[in-house]
Amino acid sequence: MISNIVFIILLGITSFLFIRRIREIRSNINLGRDLDLSDNKSRRWKTMARVALGQSKMTVRPFAGIMHIFIYAGFVLINLEMLEIFIDGAFGTHRVFYPLLGSSLYHTLIGFFEILAFLVLFACVAFLIRRNIGRIQRFSGKEMTSWPKSDANIILIVESILMIVLLTMNAADSVLFSLEDAAVIAAGHNQYTNIAFTDFFWISGIIANMLPSNVETLYMIERACWWIHIVGVFGFLIYIPYSKHLHIFLAFPNTYYSRLEPIGEVGNLEAVKKEVELMMDPNQDPFAASAPDADAVPQRFGAKDVNDLSWKQLMDSYSCTECGRCTSECPANQTGKLLSPRKIMMDTRDRLEEHGKNLKSGDEDAKSLLGDYISPEELWACTTCNACVQACPVNINPLSIIVDLRRFLVMEESAAPNELNTMFTNVENNGAPWQFAQADRGNWTEEMDKTGSG
Amino acid sequence: MSESMKIPTMAEMTASGEQPEVLFWVGCMGSFDDRAKKITKAFAKLLIKSNVKFAVLGAEESCTGDPAKRAGNEFLYQMQAFANVQVLNGYEVKRIVTSCPHCFNILKNEYPELGGNYEVIHHTQFLQRLLNEGRLEVKGGSFKGKRITFHDPCYLGRANGEYEAPREVLAKLDAELTEMKRCKDRGLCCGAGGAQMFKEAEKGDKEVNVERTEDVLEVKPDIVAAGCPFCNTMMTDGVKHFNKESEIEVKDIAELIAEAADL
Ligand code: SF4
Ligand code: SF4
Repeated sequence: MISNIVFIILLGITSFLFIRRIREIRSNINLGRDLDLSDNKSRRWKTMARVALGQSKMTVRPFAGIMHIFIYAGFVLINLEMLEIFIDGAFGTHRVFYPLLGSSLYHTLIGFFEILAFLVLFACVAFLIRRNIGRIQRFSGKEMTSWPKSDANIILIVESILMIVLLTMNAADSVLFSLEDAAVIAAGHNQYTNIAFTDFFWISGIIANMLPSNVETLYMIERACWWIHIVGVFGFLIYIPYSKHLHIFLAFPNTYYSRLEPIGEVGNLEAVKKEVELMMDPNQDPFAASAPDADAVPQRFGAKDVNDLSWKQLMDSYSCTECGRCTSECPANQTGKLLSPRKIMMDTRDRLEEHGKNLKSGDEDAKSLLGDYISPEELWACTTCNACVQACPVNINPLSIIVDLRRFLVMEESAAPNELNTMFTNVENNGAPWQFAQADRGNWTEEMDKTGSG
Repeated sequence: MSESMKIPTMAEMTASGEQPEVLFWVGCMGSFDDRAKKITKAFAKLLIKSNVKFAVLGAEESCTGDPAKRAGNEFLYQMQAFANVQVLNGYEVKRIVTSCPHCFNILKNEYPELGGNYEVIHHTQFLQRLLNEGRLEVKGGSFKGKRITFHDPCYLGRANGEYEAPREVLAKLDAELTEMKRCKDRGLCCGAGGAQMFKEAEKGDKEVNVERTEDVLEVKPDIVAAGCPFCNTMMTDGVKHFNKESEIEVKDIAELIAEAADL
């Protein structure tokens, strides 16, 4: 009875903290500019099914991809067993699905979950070794400070512990089921007598064979593991939304709202479009046009801070898994430049968190994403090659943020590097990025005429 | 080759009441850069040889605005786009072929929203069609035994998903095609995009084109095939950096096909 109450209280606290944090994230994402992505529903579902559900971009790197699929499949499917654990916890039942499913089906299902649990454990250990002993360049880099590094390790360790206690719990449980009912009842644990299997479970059977047959000890092991597991799961739920592991939820909406255009398309800035139309239209009276909404604050060209970005760009930042696939494909980063697309995403998220907190507490700071987090030197190193966009397993677009920050530097601050200003002047005056006369554009055709062969 | 080499401008063609099958958008690099002009001419010769009725804009062509856009100068880009769309629509242009993937990408993807709707084709795609339709024939003989590797331009490949057309065209040369370890959607950039071509690289420990040329050297090709005048320049410089210019040539696909067609 007491244990049910403890369970329900813990569940309540966890739900409260989890929901509070998710709402905070949602309101932070909503600080972004509007963007209508309600079109093309069926293509969006398909993209989500392929990229998030089907993990299509993960397997580009086969080892990590397959290990990740183990953890992912384990996470999703073992949650079915979680349902039983929750019901048992809340109502004081024990393995409530057993009578519903019957002995052999139940045994098969648990066996199947155990195989998954074992694969998860295997993958977590492999990842821990790879991260901490292996030399994988993309797990270092200057944005990988101590917190992002321990974040990854914490999750892998907790996940491993959860799997170990889950298996140990099953082992102790199955030994209890196999004992003479009389002995179990004598010890006062009737709940273990209504269940019987012909065999131990597939994986935990190995542990079961090593356990003592003392009822009280088995009971202690089973209960301890059950509680460690459930408390671990609650802890996990509270922790995830503060961690890069938020991607296990956000990968789905984030891929649903993926850009569907060819990735080479950046889009035409709406605000600029209006101004250019006004300038180019000979019938427009330049003074009359701005009258109706003269009071409206004109939108900034490009982005200086997180609230100049779209909500999708902000969602991107929360979805980032910090895997560094983008950075490891980035030509600028590979040649020692400051730019790292992963850092662009992490900076955006960190600044958004800070900005959200400031809004809540009412004290604004003078900081901004551009300048305090991301320097112009990083931005000017980008070749806009889209390798980062292509590489990201959850369809994040770091390049769109880079371009928006460049737009602000150029159009609001006139702070382009000098050589680029020269290029702009040339395009403006000569219709080419170099100082050639537009009238000479066709000269090559005459050269062909003259020499016959060019 | 004789007077048949005369390439008409849109203005001339319209004046004589004709419409071209396709407009050849040459681009700034293809119009002014000495190396890139060779690509332009090679492609023009292939069009002539295939009896394609085409025209150029000549002095009426202007920068698409791509370098300005990627550098963040959306204003300048849209001004350029506005003017170009007026010219193109004025001539009722329907199809455009271009040998520059940056022009290709921006004309195809960004111009429609600004009122410029055309069928935009990259020159490697156009060559693929000409070859498939039998309008152009090449004999691969002179390339037999040569190793060729294709460097994917970011704005043709990743940006627009075109990996096959250039490879299919190259296959006509009967050469040995070999892929670099990073190719297609994982191909490494040459380092010129995003307006980098027009500025010094930011501080780092290497130039991007040098990094890319290391990929090239690994597969020991005789020829690096390019599909972009910017890549062409970057890769040529990269090969020079390693003093390999006597062993490795950097050529545009149009130049290779023109050579195979004895032009
Ligand atoms: S688009 Fe820019 S940030 Fe992304 S990989 Fe290329 S150079 Fe790096
Ligand atoms: S942006 Fe994508 S590829 Fe880059 S670190 Fe984040 S999740 Fe990984």
